[in-house]
Amino acid sequence: MQPAKNPLASLWRALFGDPVRAFGVVSLVLLMSLAIAPAKHHFSEWRHYQKQYLALIRNRGDAVTLQRHFEGGIQQIWLPELGVVDRCTTCHVGIKEPSLADLTTQPFHRHPIIPHRVDQFGCVMCHRGQGAATTVEEAHRSTLAWEQPLLPARYIESSCGQCHRGPLTGTPQLNLGRQLLSRYGCVHCHTIKLPDGGPMRAADDPPGLLHIADKTSREWIYAWLKDPQAYAVSATMPNFKLSDADARDISAFLIASSTPLNGDTAPVPPAKASPDPTAGASLYGESFCASCHAVQNAAGNVVGGDIGPELTRIGNKVKPEWLQVWLRNPRIYDSGTAMPHYRFTDQQIATLSGFLLTKADSDLLTNVHLDPATPEQIAHGKTLATEYGCASCHEINGVKKPENFAPELTRIGSKPVTQLVFLPGMQHTLPDYIAGKIRQPRSFGSALKMPQFGFNPAQVDALTTALLSLSDRSQNLPPALAVAAPPASTYQPAGKAGQLIADLACFSCHTINGRGGDMAPDLTWEGSSVQRQWLKDFLKNPNTLRPALIRRMPRFNLSDNDINELTDYIMTVYQTPAFDRDAMPPGGYAPAQVEQGRQLFYSKYACQSCHIVDTKTDKGYIGPTLTQVGSRLNAAWIYYWLKNPQALRPGTTEPNRNLSDEDARSLTAFLMAQKGKEGSK
Amino acid sequence: MKIRVLDILVLAVLTFNMGCSHQPAPAAPKPTAFGAALVESSGGKQIGAVGAALSQPVVVQVNDDQGNAVPGALVEFSAPAGVAFDPGSGLTDSGGQLTTTVALAGMAGIYELTASTLTKAGKKVELKLQEIALGYQQQVGSQINDKYCARCHDPESTPERVSNYDNLETKPHPFTEGDTLNKMSDADLTAIIAHGGAALNKSALMPPYGYTLSKAEIAAVISYIRLVSDPPYQASGTVYAQK
Repeated sequence: MQPAKNPLASLWRALFGDPVRAFGVVSLVLLMSLAIAPAKHHFSEWRHYQKQYLALIRNRGDAVTLQRHFEGGIQQIWLPELGVVDRCTTCHVGIKEPSLADLTTQPFHRHPIIPHRVDQFGCVMCHRGQGAATTVEEAHRSTLAWEQPLLPARYIESSCGQCHRGPLTGTPQLNLGRQLLSRYGCVHCHTIKLPDGGPMRAADDPPGLLHIADKTSREWIYAWLKDPQAYAVSATMPNFKLSDADARDISAFLIASSTPLNGDTAPVPPAKASPDPTAGASLYGESFCASCHAVQNAAGNVVGGDIGPELTRIGNKVKPEWLQVWLRNPRIYDSGTAMPHYRFTDQQIATLSGFLLTKADSDLLTNVHLDPATPEQIAHGKTLATEYGCASCHEINGVKKPENFAPELTRIGSKPVTQLVFLPGMQHTLPDYIAGKIRQPRSFGSALKMPQFGFNPAQVDALTTALLSLSDRSQNLPPALAVAAPPASTYQPAGKAGQLIADLACFSCHTINGRGGDMAPDLTWEGSSVQRQWLKDFLKNPNTLRPALIRRMPRFNLSDNDINELTDYIMTVYQTPAFDRDAMPPGGYAPAQVEQGRQLFYSKYACQSCHIVDTKTDKGYIGPTLTQVGSRLNAAWIYYWLKNPQALRPGTTEPNRNLSDEDARSLTAFLMAQKGKEGSK
Repeated sequence: MKIRVLDILVLAVLTFNMGCSHQPAPAAPKPTAFGAALVESSGGKQIGAVGAALSQPVVVQVNDDQGNAVPGALVEFSAPAGVAFDPGSGLTDSGGQLTTTVALAGMAGIYELTASTLTKAGKKVELKLQEIALGYQQQVGSQINDKYCARCHDPESTPERVSNYDNLETKPHPFTEGDTLNKMSDADLTAIIAHGGAALNKSALMPPYGYTLSKAEIAAVISYIRLVSDPPYQASGTVYAQK
């Protein structure tokens, strides 16, 4: 210790040896400490960037304009009603300069074009981060004092969803994420209260299991529980990673708790299937089963619609008697099913069920050997079904639907990072946590119940985006600033026709008054659009209007009574108030006017690029074929449609040509003259 | 004294280490073989959204000078800042291929990705791939394109969506046709979209969309066309020297 003391002591003497010297040193130190604040200000990061910006624009042709727009010092956007104080534009100086589009150095890049103005919305509304911070580190990343890091660009659409509660054109990922949340039944277990009040509703329809023993075997249930995707790759049921014993016990319980259905389940009288071996496949094709049901082809691609379940291995699943009763009338087993009630003949049922039962994989159930269930197994199965929350999605005898089974996700997008438990090696951010949970829920703990879903990376991103939009800001937004989702329609047609529309599941494909699917045309104003006789013929034997479509209206084998009932209802009720259906005569136009219309059709408006009138010369097939449009559509409908297609059917593809009344009348005359060949309706 | 110096040193090292939360990057695996050429198997020229992962992975293959696949060669990917690869480097599999998923950065534009491998002589062989990231405006344009334009302007047919291209007497320009479309100004394209082909002495088969699409929507379509064009579109106007 001795040698170190001497130099220190001499230093002390040199600085504070006498009072004058001490006073001088202390004054100097004080002066320097006082200079720290102005020096920090002078050398601050944002000043550095502002200087860099000024140097950068000095040599540009538009320097004068840019310099005039430039304001030095700390800049601030203050939005009191949103609680936003943003100083981002202090460094991001060129964000509003349209002429800086060519400048790629950050922080000076011009903001890409979006529908909002930066000075009205600020930056953190969309990008998160700390608006009030004035250093790069604190503004963009989470530090000790600030928790909210910048939102990665891949989830940026979540910010749109904080205010916009319905789908937007520019946010495909957010729209997909929201669809997945309801389509994959996330909201059966997790409650999501939407900011406008009600809960988010599930869009899937998990089958009830009250009469499951009628439908399938215990072996199939066992194999399905073990791995739903082994049975159908596109199955939405997640994998619960059950042990063999657990799957055995749950399957035992489900079969034991199943009760026979009270209803018209009398077996279909034994009818002979058609002797033609291709008849089943033809009937499957003619009935357009593939519009809703998919089948995996030899190349492994799942081809077909996704409204109904995949049928690749349906023969492994259903009992033949159940399938026949289902084909006869699906509403006996499930009154709310999306499947239409085809009026098949007994022979057709035999043919179609025979065809479907051949769709089986001989390996699927070969290794499943289950001994008869013991009462203990059944009791254990019931415990498991309760613990795993099976009844959140499926109706099961003896198990009540649980309330709040899984954590509520109403504000998941604002969950503080300090409340999250991360896996080793994971980025400590909320988006990474949410994405990780969706990707592999059980990796966060073996006791967790959330099952494994088979989402692809794009779906994980979409779901994360949708969940991040469920933030505090979204909940606390002043209602005047929110953009509400279009209200869900509960339209229900009345009377006997209403029953028919439900029985034929028209809403599965068609939209009427805001309710229904988007596979087929909107029928809200069908009564103003078509002619009565055409509609009757079409319901009896639907022929295709659009040659390029592979999904078409199936034939339901309706009785004449049903056809009359439906036609009367549609022609009377589905009328637009926009015009009088009889405003234009159905025919008898002067040949000169028809010829004038033909000229306009082929030359001025070149309608043949999308429509076919003469099958010999015209080839366009985007719009419906018009060879017999004069027998199909109403003259007034054609006229008003031509004047403004979007006014009659919002979102339709045909562009508005802004026709003069004269041109619209001539085109109507020409189109009404297209009656089709005799007998080729 | 000696002990104290050591103590302070240890403390300093510990504090320093705790302060550094960055984990060292995993060392690149040692190549067991070397190739002579790098070729693209799939995944180039994709169109994705800013920041998001491309829908298809990028697959590259290492070949020897005979054109045979080389397993066990080291391939490294690099790209402009913000682009993420998973994995960023690795050894080729038994088919001589390496697959990586790519997430593009946050700005709209064309991104050039580089894959590289070393030859036996230590020479670097590179393969360049281009991917397109759509920003908000281009995304909107892409959706309008899907709805109104692609059926005629895109010659590719799928069973779900049959192209109308072959049915038209005057063939429309596919939007990737940069040689033609790059010569047209934004004002030209806006006029054709809004007023139709006939109004500009072009084919009447192109209908006007000025009464169907808003100005912003037409601008969005054009920004999409500009981004997917091949060769890439260079905005005309003053190009300022950058220091």
